[in-house]
This record gives sequence, C-alpha cells and structure tokens, in this order.
Amino acid sequence: MNRLRVRQLWFAATLLLSLFLMLIPLPGPLTPFKPYWPALILLYWCLQSGDRVTLGLAFCVGVAADLFDGVLLGEQALRLTAMVFIALRFRSRLRFFPMWQQSLAVLGFLVNDRILLLLVRVFGGDPLPPVEYWISPLVGAALWPFVFLILDDLRARLRIHDA
Amino acid sequence: MALNRDDKSPLFAPGVAGTLRLIVYLALACVLMVLDHRGGWLGNVRYGLSLVVEPVYRIAGLPSQGFQAATVAFADRQRLTEQNQRLREDLLLANAKLNRMASVAEQNTRLKELLDTQHSLSLNVQLARLIGVDLGSFRHRIVLNVGARDKVQPGQVVIDARGVMGQIVEVMPTTAVAMLITDPNHAIPVTIERTGLRTIAYGSRAGDMLTLPNIPVSADVQVGDKLVTSGLGGRFPPGFPVGEIRDVAQTASGTFLSAQAKPAADLDRSEDVLLLHDLAESAGPPPPAPNVGPPSDLKPDPAVAPTLPSVTSPTATPLPARASTAATPTGATP
Repeated sequence: MNRLRVRQLWFAATLLLSLFLMLIPLPGPLTPFKPYWPALILLYWCLQSGDRVTLGLAFCVGVAADLFDGVLLGEQALRLTAMVFIALRFRSRLRFFPMWQQSLAVLGFLVNDRILLLLVRVFGGDPLPPVEYWISPLVGAALWPFVFLILDDLRARLRIHDA
Repeated sequence: MALNRDDKSPLFAPGVAGTLRLIVYLALACVLMVLDHRGGWLGNVRYGLSLVVEPVYRIAGLPSQGFQAATVAFADRQRLTEQNQRLREDLLLANAKLNRMASVAEQNTRLKELLDTQHSLSLNVQLARLIGVDLGSFRHRIVLNVGARDKVQPGQVVIDARGVMGQIVEVMPTTAVAMLITDPNHAIPVTIERTGLRTIAYGSRAGDMLTLPNIPVSADVQVGDKLVTSGLGGRFPPGFPVGEIRDVAQTASGTFLSAQAKPAADLDRSEDVLLLHDLAESAGPPPPAPNVGPPSDLKPDPAVAPTLPSVTSPTATPLPARASTAATPTGATP
C-alpha cells in the first residue's frame, strides 16, 4: 500500500517537475535550445509503465500546461494526446530498441509535435516561425538517453519498481 | 487499475477503442482551441484559476531570481565599482538634462495652459518587476509582478528607461502579462523623428527587431533615424522612443520601402519596468455634449401636457422635452 502511494507520488512529482521546467527560462541566447520537457517525461512514463499513462492523462497534463503557458487553451493538450497515442501504439517495440534508436524515435515524436504546433499556429493566423524553431526537437532527442537513464536510476534507487 | 487491459476482450483491445478515444480527445482539444481563439475565453479561466497559476509563476521565477542574486553576490568588487561609477555618471547626465528640461517644461505647461489643453509632461507611473517565467519560445511576452489588485488594466503601456517595451494584454489578481513590441502580432504607430513621417512598426517573426513594411518609396528614411510613438490610435501616448532604423530596402514588389528597426528598450535585459497610468487620449472627435436641446426647466409642465390633443400613450409624458416635441407631430397627423 505504502509502496503504491510512493510510486504514485513519484509519478505525479515528475510530471509537475516537467511543467516547472517548461516555465523556467533559460538565459537569452539559449532559449531556442530548450527541449519540450512535458513531452520527454510523458514519453518516459509511456515506455516505462504504459498502463499508467492514458490519453486522458496526457490531455489533462496538456491542459494544465496550457493554463500556465497562457497561449491557446487546448494546444498542448492536442499535441500531447497525439504523441502519447503514437507512443502507446509502438510501446512494445520501442522498449526493446537500443538507446540510439530510441533517441531517433523520440526525435521523430518531437518533430511530429513541432509540425502539429506549426499547423495550429498557422491556422491561428501566426506567421511562420524562424529556423531556430526546429532546434528544440534535436536537443530533446540528444537529451533523451540522459533523461531516460536518470529517471530509471532514480526509480531503482527509490525501489519503486512496478510489480 | 494495472490489469484493466487484460479483462477486455482482445477483439476490442487497444485498437478501436484507443483510436476512438484519441478522436474524442483531439476533437475536445480542437473545440477548446476554437472557443478560446474566438472568444478570448482562456483569460477568464486563467483569472479564475490564478490561485493556482500565480504561485507556480512565483516558484518558477525563483531560479532566475536566485541566479541574479548569485551574480550580485559573486561579482567582484571591481566590477561593482565600475558599475556604480557608470550609474553615477548616468544619473549626473540625466539630472543635467532634467535641469535643462525643467525650464522648457515649465514654459511648455504655461503655454499649454494658455491653450487650455489637458496635456501634461509629468508621468503618472507605477513601478513593476519582471518575473522570470518562460511563456513558450517565440512568444514575446513577459510576466510582471503587479496585477488587478494594483489597479492594472489591459492596454496599459509598459516602458523602461530607454523606450516603449509593450502593453499589458492580460491581468490576473497579482500578476500581469505584457506583449512586447517585437511580437509578430503587435503593431505600434510611430513617427520618424527627423522627418515627421508617420508609419506603423510591426513586430517581426525573426526575433528582436521591428519591421516597417510600408514606407512610401519617395519618403526620406535613413539608417539611424529615431522612431518615436506618434500617439495616433489612442493606445500609446506620443513622444516615447521606440527604436532606431538599422536597414532600409525596397520591398520585392518595389511599391514600398521596408525598414528594420532595433527597439530602443532593453527588451531582454530590463528587470524593472514602468507602467504608464494615463492612457493616451482617444483619437477621433470629442464625445457629444451630454445634454443638448433646451434646458430641462423649460420642459412642458406635466399638468399642461394632458391638454395636448395628440398624446395618447401614458408613457409619453415623463419623456424629456426633446423626445416629447419629436413625438407630437407624429401624434398630431391623424
């Protein structure tokens, strides 16, 4: 029982942390290099314990992120739901990829996410973004092994394995 | 919960049900987006949820605040002394300029009084600090630590020591979000100080510059020209520095000149900003005087009114003089 409680707390804490990381600014010139943290953390949980991450959860996280972000309610909800859906589809395959292939897959997810965002913004009447717009998925993919290993290691240390 | 996938029949396992749910959620997200885009609906929700959102902003702003505190704490003495020296010089210069301006300002007020106008050179401002929160990349927005409780309203102009930064677009109880002048969705009416040419400066998608896409080809615009607010449009008061022209070129069609300008304000470095309180005078003709027509004590005596043959409706009697005089001819025609 207690073990379960700790597990859920850890799960919620990482998601909350990802929202905070999204809000914390980087120093000026580094801003385009900021990865999309909620997506990375959600992807980790998709691969690690796929029964806990559902489309509904992704939608809720997205709406929360939109509330903090204050741009367009539903934008990130749409993006995260779509991404989690694809990730859950290919979960069993992705889990057994070697790390570099997983990184490539994450790159694919993040680029897809950026394309969705671009569509939403262009439909909303915004101009096309500059080239730096496409850097963030690359950074996210490059960070993926570290995110994965660190979160996995922390999970092992906290002894909160599933099953 | 962990096993909920296994007790479903394999026929309807993740495939169909999952896709259906995806479609439902995507549709929900689209509906939210359309509602929000059409109705500006998010602002109200955010205002309601500000109890949650604002503390999160404060906490998320802590790292950058800590970073600044650390830079001050670990800055070496020499640099601080240098900075102090520079600030002193700036202050001296500013004071000297102010002293010179004081007499001119006084003369100006006297002349304005003679002209019986309401302009004044004094600024009614409120100091605000930035909260270091990232509202998404390629969104030129900043969060300030004042809000509805400090009587901030949407539309107030945000300036720093060097020029116009932007305007408030969203107010929550203790924080406010301002749109910078470099936002692609922002436009500010400006005049070129040297020639007095009026035009509009838009934010550009490529970051920290302003674009002036439609200057007539015959206009005299040079690199280095200063832009100031023109006061047209009634949002930005006139005379505040906006930027400096950096590049002038013909547009592809050759019908206009297009210029790039660098904002005068330190958009990414300012820590303290000022909110202007008095908005510019709204453009257009003055509002009509409220009571036109004959004074109300000349209104026909209600005791006399029933003797008029025309008035049939009992509601017509309490109307003011103008309405009843307008009503009489129509009533008298039969």
